[in-house]
Parts: sequence; structure tokens; C-alpha cells
Amino acid sequence: MQREINKTTNILFAGIGGQGIILASEITCDVLFESGYDVKKSEVHGMSQRGGSVNSDIRFGAKVYSPLIPDGQTDILVAFHPTELERNRPFLKSGGKIISITHDDADAVSNPKVSNIFLMGKLSCHIPVRRENWENVIKNKVPKAYVEQNLAAFAAGISQEQKINNK
Amino acid sequence: MTEQSSRQKVFLSGNEAVARGAYEAGVAVGTAYPGTPSSEISPALAMYPGVNVEWSVNEKVALEVACGACFCGARTLVAMKHVGVNVASDPLLTLSLIGVRGGLVLISADDPGMHSSQNEQDNRIYARFAKIPMLEPSDSQESKDFTKLAFTLSEQFDTPVMVRMTTRVCHAKTIVEIEEPEKIEREYSFEKDTQKFVMIPAYARKRHVIVEARLKKLENFSEDTTLNRIEQGADNSLGIICSGIVYQYVKEMFPSASVLKLGFSYPLCKNKIRSFCQSHKEVYVIEELEPLLYNDIKAMGLNVKGKTDKLVTGELTPNRVREIITGESSDIVPSAPGRPPVMCAGCIHRGAFVTLKKLKMIVTGDIGCYTLGTLPPLSALDTCVCMGASIGAMLGMTKVLSKEQRNKVVAVIGDSTFFHSGITGLIDVVYNKGAGTVMILDNRTTAMTGQQDHPGTGMTIMSEPTESILPEKIAEAVGVKMIKVIDPYDIPAIEDALRESMNTDEVSLIVLRRVCVLKDKTVKRLVAQVEPSLCVQCKQCLTIGCPAISSDMPPKIDMHLCNGCGLCVHVCKVGAITCKER
Ligand SMILES: Cc1ncc(C[n+]2csc(CCOP(=O)(O)OP(=O)(O)O)c2C)c(N)n1
Repeated sequence: MQREINKTTNILFAGIGGQGIILASEITCDVLFESGYDVKKSEVHGMSQRGGSVNSDIRFGAKVYSPLIPDGQTDILVAFHPTELERNRPFLKSGGKIISITHDDADAVSNPKVSNIFLMGKLSCHIPVRRENWENVIKNKVPKAYVEQNLAAFAAGISQEQKINNK
Repeated sequence: MTEQSSRQKVFLSGNEAVARGAYEAGVAVGTAYPGTPSSEISPALAMYPGVNVEWSVNEKVALEVACGACFCGARTLVAMKHVGVNVASDPLLTLSLIGVRGGLVLISADDPGMHSSQNEQDNRIYARFAKIPMLEPSDSQESKDFTKLAFTLSEQFDTPVMVRMTTRVCHAKTIVEIEEPEKIEREYSFEKDTQKFVMIPAYARKRHVIVEARLKKLENFSEDTTLNRIEQGADNSLGIICSGIVYQYVKEMFPSASVLKLGFSYPLCKNKIRSFCQSHKEVYVIEELEPLLYNDIKAMGLNVKGKTDKLVTGELTPNRVREIITGESSDIVPSAPGRPPVMCAGCIHRGAFVTLKKLKMIVTGDIGCYTLGTLPPLSALDTCVCMGASIGAMLGMTKVLSKEQRNKVVAVIGDSTFFHSGITGLIDVVYNKGAGTVMILDNRTTAMTGQQDHPGTGMTIMSEPTESILPEKIAEAVGVKMIKVIDPYDIPAIEDALRESMNTDEVSLIVLRRVCVLKDKTVKRLVAQVEPSLCVQCKQCLTIGCPAISSDMPPKIDMHLCNGCGLCVHVCKVGAITCKER
């Protein structure tokens, strides 16, 4: 993906309460923050988390003002659920990237509980941050017993995305 | 980023930053009642050493506890959502006259757009009403810095100070540079001063004069402080006056405009505003909700432009800020409506609503997860005004309805809400010989706002065990005679209890008690299964609105979501659904 220096990049996470969206966006922001970017994220807690639609806006660059992505400026839409992908498509910039779990991924996501981290693996292929930075943050953020599982899902996400991009 | 600076920078939500600011200011006491978007402030504050933090029973008590600590010289933080300030407004308006000893900072977390609230009142009005200063941070750095400064201002000007947050500041995360906490070496003691602390008319009249003089001093501060700053634009063609989160939207969309940023938004810095308006060709006032700044600036005789009436409702966004200035309508709408929130699978509240609907009761409701009982397919909660209103509304209805309808009125209220403001309503019913049924949905937590402890849970926010207060003991003590405590998964028992109370002319209490499924994750739960060969596709199981049951026929039950409450087993007329061990 092309990025101008000083330009803010906008990532929109969209899914349903309970899919691990908040954890995934925490991880992404920590990675970006520790890599030296200015980062802002915005989401809404409370009522909507009871199984309703949940979005998280992430923005990074040299200097970010609004924590909300201006409508229609989303560079990357990470969709955790097919209906939320369709619903949020209008916010995508023309030529923007969609990251979601597709038919091709079916075998690679063995465990639905870590599909959020699988998506982070795919997302990481489009963000100029070293893989170790992601892995370190994942190790810090998920409970010890699940670290292996999550790192495996992350690696699977990367190799699936590379496969698609090499096609 | 150098090693040094990276160590001092952290990534915090606005709420976490408020707690950090209070900690750095040497705060001794923190009080709050939970409410979105403010709820994360107190848990963050409770993590810092040396701060005594409490979940208060409601916002009024939170502010009163804060008064006591502050009168003894302690710096005190009080946090609540916007509607909480209504509850706390009685002590607030008189505390303004009294002033402070230790700094007292009140965080009001407003919710423009009503992401999780029953109204979108603009609490900037409270600063004007109470004649106290208001600070409006626009990101987490300012949330920390402004909160810290607010303590100094509170002591310097002898006034409570209000910091107004909004959902987009509370729940945004941005980078914050943190500092070491101030060393506050204070002996806390109460020094008597009746003319200051006792607001009888004779003393209050004198204090009112002092408050008016205080406002003048605060106006001068507002002119001098760098919290109110002009950022000169590329030229003098366009100037924008704004505060809070709107500042970020303005910088995003109009990077070359001049901006007058009001961090200290009340009292107004009139001279600064006047000279800003005079030096720019065109000046816009952009603010969320009420046109308060706009009206004040217009009243100064200045020629400024504001937003259209349409934008008095809802929150602003970067695109709406652009729309105000260019007129270009630019909202993008999602291609489909969002999924509405639903009660969780296995929610202990669901069976009550299924039964209330079956018996065609008139249900005065309250605020909590159970308010979702109003949505289809349950459609069984008929009123919702504010926290605690269900019981009073029930009494009011029974005063005027026919006897036949009167016996159908049920007030439904959560446990946290009962402690917050249901108790007084219940006493009113008993005292005034009212009828009706009060149903307490006791899930042993404050679920809607994120599982906070309350007087019934036996735990404080500091993770200390404490007395667990039972609502039925309170009811008994105030004179309610018919009391039943029932397991909310026992649907026939709920129905029997409701039928019995419908047939009596005095008030009765039904407590439905079981721990919230989200709170207690250790319990081994059953799982429901459909036997397709027995299913007659009557769709009865779809009338309970459980997210674990799919709507295709015969229905399937998602075993990962199902919590084995058995309600679908109960409503299935042909026995096609059974609960099994996992
Ligand atoms: C005055 C006021 N304070 C706080 C809130 C935020 N709030 C909404 S519901 C709720 C409590 C719900 O707890 P409970 O009554 O136990 O019901 P539950 O959600 O657990 O079912 C709170 C604190 C509010 N709406 N109004």
C-alpha cells in the first residue's frame, strides 16, 4: 500500500460485540505506538457491546488529530464478520484494502477463538512494522496459557495473506 | 523516540488519563457511581497507591462523600456520567457557595449522540448554573493535564471545578506524557468555620456575594490562561472557535484556519474572543449539542456564524464540522442498520420478560441490561425514564388505573439501580398504601456498565470484602409483607409469584436472584440441543430473543454461545429441546 510521508493511515475494525475486536485493536495500537508513530483510537463501550455492532477506529502517522476516521477515508477495513463488512464498505476509500476471513482461509483458521489474531497476522502484512514487534505485544497482551495458540494464529494469518498477494 | 522519552510516554484512554492526572495531583479520595462513558475512571484510580476510592451508592452520595473529604483539606475526585450530575446537582449547587478546602474536581462525562444513555443533555450548562469553572480536554494528554491543573485552580479560587469529558474523549486512546506525582504533605484536619460550611440563609447570602466576586476573578484567569489559546492560521480569512473534541475535528478538516481553542471554557474569555473575531474575516463557532458559546458570543454583539438547528441533536464528526463551514453535506451512511444490542444468551433477565409478556402485565421499567426487555421479540417493558423511576411510576399508575388494570402493574428494577434510587420509591409506596408488584432483577452486579461492585456484592472497588446488603431485608424493614426470593431460571415459580401478587391489594416484592452469566465464568453450564425430528417448527423458541438460537428451521443452538438457562426448553411445547451436560 502506498503511503505518503506525514500522511495519516486509517484502519477500521468492524465486527460484533464478543469477537475480540477491542483486544485486537489494543494490540495493533500498542505495536504502532512502540514503533514510534503518533496513534489514536476510538471506540464506544457500553450498551453496544451486548452483541451489537462494534467498531474501532485506529489512526496513525506523524501527527494525528481526530480519533475518528473522517467518513470515506478508511485505508484498511478489517472485517470480523461478513455482515459488518458489507455494512461498513461505504466508509472505505476508493482503492482501500479489505481484510477479512475468506473461503481460502477456512483451513488456516482452525480455532475460531483466535480468529481475531489471525486477522492481525493478515493486517500486519500491510503495515510497515517489524514482525517481532507484533509478536512481543501479543505475548504481553494475551494470557500466558494462550500465547502459543495466538502466535500460531498470527503466523497463519501472515502466510495466508502472503499467499493471496503472491497470486 | 529516545529511551528516556519512550519511558515517560504511555498510551491511555481519556478516562485512564483523568485518573493519572488526579494521582499526579496527590488526590486522596475518589468517589463515583458507574455510568458510560465515565466508568473506567475509578477502577484506574484504585490501582494507584495511597488513594481511597469508592463506588458510591449514587452520584449524590458520591459528591457528598467528596465534600466531607475536601472540607478536611484532602484533594478529591468525583466522577459520573452526565445524567449523574442531575442526581448530584443538589449538593453541587450549594457546594458552589461553600467552596473547598482541599481541591475538589467533578468529572462530568457527557454522551453526545447517546451511544449508551437515555438523553444527551449538555452539561456545559451546569458550569453556568452552578457558577463554577469548566475545563474541556480534547485528548488524553489534556485529560491528564487539565485534571491535575483543576485541583490547583479549585484551591486557588476556592471553588469546585468541573472537567467536562465526552464519549469521544473518554474512550479514545492517545499518547500521554506522564510525570511523577506531586508530594502533598498535608495533615488532614477539620477546622470549624460555620460561616463557610453551614449554609443557612444568613451565611449563604454572604457566600453568594463571594461567588459573584469569584466569577470575576475567574474571568480574568480565563483571559490570561494559555488553556485558551489562539493558533494563528495561514491567513485571517477563516477563524474557528471551539472546545473539547471538536478542536481535533477542526484541526483535521481545516488545517490552515485560525483556531481559538477554549480549554477553559467557562467563564468566557470575552476579550480574547472579541479580538479573535475582529481580526478574522469570517468566524465560526463550532460546538456539540447546545449553541451555548454561539449565543453568548452573539450576545456580545459579535458577528459569528454557527451550525444549523439540525446539528443541535447528535454528536459532531469531522465530516459534520466540514458541513457546518462549507455547507457540503457529507455524512456517509452504512449500507445497512447496525445490529441492535441484545440480552446475552442465558441472561437471567430473559425469563422474567417472557413471563411478564405472557401475563400481559403493564411494566414500568428502569435502567440496566434489563431495559433491553423493551425490544422485540420480548417487547415487555413499557416505560423507562431515569434510574429508580420504575417504582414511583408504578405507584402513580396504580393511583389512577381501574382496579382490573391496577393489579397488572409491575415495576422492574435491577439490584444496582435499587440501591441507587429505588429504596426511596419503595418507602413511598409502603407509606402511601400503594399496590403493585416490585420485581428486583438481582444479578449480583452492575452489568450494563461493565460488572462493577455495588452494596449487594460484598466487595468494594478496592477489592476488600464487605457487608453484602440484601434488598429483601430492606423491603422487610420498611414494611413490605409479601416477599419472595426466586431463581430466575425457575419460570413456573415466577409465574406463580406474579399471579399471587396480582390478586392482592398491597405492594409485594419478588427478588429474582442469580449471578450474571458474564460475571461468573467458572460455573459449569449445561447446553441446550434441538432434536430436529421432534421439532414442529412452531417458532416458539424464537419468541424469547436468544442470540444462541438461529432462525433457520428447525433451529440450531450455538453451543459456544448457549449458557444452558433452559428457557427455550421451557417454551418448547413439543419437548424438542433438551438441556444436557457439556
Ligand atoms: C443517574 C445515572 N447514573 C448512572 C447511569 C448508568 N447506568 C445505566 S444502567 C446502570 C446500572 C445497571 O445495574 P443494575 O440495575 O444492577 O442492572 P443490570 O445492568 O445489572 O441488569 C447504570 C449505572 C444512569 N443511566 N443514570
